[in-house]
Amino acid sequence: MRSLLIRELRLALRSGGGAGLGLAFFLIVVMLVPFGVGPNQQTLALIAPGILWIGALLASLLSLDRLFQSDSEDGTLDILSLSPMPLEQLVAIKALAHWITTGLPLVVIAPVLGMTLNLPEAAYLWLIASLAAGTPALSFIGAAGAALTVGVKRGGLLLSLLVLPLYIPTLIFGAKATSLAADGLDPMPAFMLMAGLSLFTIALTPFAAAKALRTHLN
Amino acid sequence: MSLGVSNLSCQRGGRTIFNELSLQIEPGEAVVLRGPNGAGKSTLLRVIAGLIPAQSGEINLNGVSFNNRDDFQEQVTYSGHLDAIKPQLTVVENLRFWADLFGADNLDQTMAEFLLDEIADRPAHTCSAGQKRRLGLARIAVTSRPLWLLDEPTVSLDTETTARFARIIDAHCAAGGMALIATHIDLGLHTSRTFEMETYIPGASVQEHDPFLKGDW
Repeated sequence: MRSLLIRELRLALRSGGGAGLGLAFFLIVVMLVPFGVGPNQQTLALIAPGILWIGALLASLLSLDRLFQSDSEDGTLDILSLSPMPLEQLVAIKALAHWITTGLPLVVIAPVLGMTLNLPEAAYLWLIASLAAGTPALSFIGAAGAALTVGVKRGGLLLSLLVLPLYIPTLIFGAKATSLAADGLDPMPAFMLMAGLSLFTIALTPFAAAKALRTHLN
Repeated sequence: MSLGVSNLSCQRGGRTIFNELSLQIEPGEAVVLRGPNGAGKSTLLRVIAGLIPAQSGEINLNGVSFNNRDDFQEQVTYSGHLDAIKPQLTVVENLRFWADLFGADNLDQTMAEFLLDEIADRPAHTCSAGQKRRLGLARIAVTSRPLWLLDEPTVSLDTETTARFARIIDAHCAAGGMALIATHIDLGLHTSRTFEMETYIPGASVQEHDPFLKGDW
């Protein structure tokens, strides 16, 4: 189990793995916003939680399409499915590795970007907390989507269409928790709903993804 | 200890690949599958490995039925056309991963056996096709299962390595293992038998079980 995680991290960090890609994309998308909407600090502060969350969402989508596809193309998926490790566990570890290489860097960099968008001071802690609790759900839902589109050539776009609607609840409550904190209100209800959603997703999507992979293999 | 395949039929996309196929492999025996392209050699290997479902028939390996997936799969190792190698990882990283995953402890020995020691720290994308093949086959040896399913294992191997690999199969069989090999060349194995497969020609006797093909529409 540890060996698979280490391997996934190694693959992501070496050339062509695309670990830094999501982070760079997040940076650029968020940095573009002030150019688009103008430097008005009130406006920026108002839209900052939403922009940061949408940016994180799109960035984590970026490297998802290769999650199972590269394994499928070089025959690794066949052998993995024959290994003693259950496919559910395999999916969970791959999703975890995806989160460590994509979601976690976003959580770390988000406060810096929050500053460029003039995010109110009270919201920083909740921005970090909501991203930390919410981005795992993005990786796990994405893993199920990636498993469904593994056999589709150029399935990246189809994957986005499948996965983005499923990201909506996480986006609503994640961005809400941050903006509630920014307005000086209690962000706890929104945060708890989102955290519950994440736990639900992490518990269930590995089974859905494993089922999809089995269908693909047969 | 034996592999028994009885009355196995397989259809892909409504087309019968092989029908009512029976095959027996005794411990210590290597069986070479031969037949024209499209006869279903690869499909048979993938069905036994559990990568493609069979429509009917029974496979029994050392008393474990094919339907008991987990226990059955624990006795099988498969090598297909693809080597399951990650180009970004080094040779030894690739093999160590499979050794860890399959719970094997003979990594060093296998590296030496397949002459991978001298290229151990090279990234796999800099290896030649033959070297990648050696690495792919080393995975078979490192997982140490009783039944080896090999699909064209000698593609892009040089004559010396082919002979070397044949000796490894022989050693595996001498230790009581079994091997089912689809190949067009003569490996020169000690204890091998040939099993001929022919391209299936549809006859009236077989009903094709595809719900979408039922009826005259």
